[in-house]
Amino acid sequence: MEKELVYLDNAATSHPKPEGVIQAMVRFMEDVGANPGRSGHRLSIEASRVIYEAREKVAQLFNICDPSRVVFGQNATEAINLGLKGLLRPGDHVITSSLEHNSVMRPLRALEKEGREVTVIPCSPEGFIDPHDVPKSIKKNTKMVFLNHGSNVVGTLQPLPEVGKICQNHSLLFFVDAAQTAGAVPIDVGRQKIDLLAFTGHKALFGPQGTGGLIIGEKVDEKKIVPLKRGGTGSRSEFEEQPDFLPDLCESGTPNGVGLAGLNAGLDFVRKLGIEKIRNHEIQLTERLLKGLQGIPGVIVYGSKDARKQCATVSFNVQGMANSEISLRLDEQFGILSRPGLHCAPSAHRTIGTFPEGTVRLSMSYLNTEEEIDITLRAVSQLAREGA
Amino acid sequence: MAQGVILFPSTHFAVRAEKLISPRFSVKLIPVPRHLSSDCGVCLRIPWEQREEIQKILEGAGVKIEGSHLLSLTKK
Repeated sequence: MEKELVYLDNAATSHPKPEGVIQAMVRFMEDVGANPGRSGHRLSIEASRVIYEAREKVAQLFNICDPSRVVFGQNATEAINLGLKGLLRPGDHVITSSLEHNSVMRPLRALEKEGREVTVIPCSPEGFIDPHDVPKSIKKNTKMVFLNHGSNVVGTLQPLPEVGKICQNHSLLFFVDAAQTAGAVPIDVGRQKIDLLAFTGHKALFGPQGTGGLIIGEKVDEKKIVPLKRGGTGSRSEFEEQPDFLPDLCESGTPNGVGLAGLNAGLDFVRKLGIEKIRNHEIQLTERLLKGLQGIPGVIVYGSKDARKQCATVSFNVQGMANSEISLRLDEQFGILSRPGLHCAPSAHRTIGTFPEGTVRLSMSYLNTEEEIDITLRAVSQLAREGA
Repeated sequence: MAQGVILFPSTHFAVRAEKLISPRFSVKLIPVPRHLSSDCGVCLRIPWEQREEIQKILEGAGVKIEGSHLLSLTKK
């Protein structure tokens, strides 16, 4: 009989999903199924209601008043592309950190070739930005500061309130990538002075893949956003021009109704537990893992090594072993699912000193247990002992 | 009882309006009557004499409204 798997790749996508998420998606497929906002019959209206509910819950989770400023899309990458390409004009300058994911770096590098300026602030080897470095990088044409909230490589949490305050004082847009933290770490768009927040639905919000979105703060003039795509919205059908109001401006084509039904249930799961409870459990797991890994001879742990300063993602290597080999053996010998390599963030690996080899990444969700951490620690310990 | 409709820029606002209004008033989302707009979306059917009260709630909640219309009783 196959032994039970220990899934520790939640930074890529959370698994398993809560039962309610699966049920909500089945219910949508069986009982709703229609195209939201495209007709006036009862099933179309019901589909619209499901999406509205999800939108409202996202707004409440991040503490924004107007749910129309939550724009749904396929994932955080799409949201980041929308915010960057939609708002940065030729001649604009944007500041970011060296810990960003390629979902940010790649669109920024492309925009750089098209006349936008990019400054990358180096983070410490532990993976933190020093907020004092931000004002030093501000220029006359600086328009935006982009920062990831929690690193997908080492989990480090960046000082959002400090950077947000700087952005507010300098009238810059503050764009935050919450792919790793939305649902797992408290985020308050108002208090942290966030103007744009990209989130994914399929990680700590427990929705299915293919869901995510962008929160567009009140300070952002939606009339100035260039959408990534234009098309049918179910509204203003008499005009051949794209509607100029949110969310329709940025949501063309049939949405992922079944996915958003799942996300809606994932948001319920998170709300019922409360972010604080989720965060505390993840801190406990992370603490146990960090402490255990550091006690294994030959294991190098990266990042802050302080569970309170990071989300539930831990990177490590074993001396003398390729991380791909460790990840393979964890899977084959122990049924522990991790991720080796660069995690789509080469700049972050340069920062922590693991480029181009990368690391083994273990990432937890609320649904992992201390027992699973102990199983993992025993496995890593055995691998480190055996060596390559 | 005379009925009317409130029109919104998009379904998002219509559904939000339904959620805000339906606990207190007898309202229903219906397809936008063709003589009012060629939009393919929905609007909120309301008891016409309560339109001011309803509109006040919607405006207070920041719901964008395109207009309100009395549904003609003679039209068939």
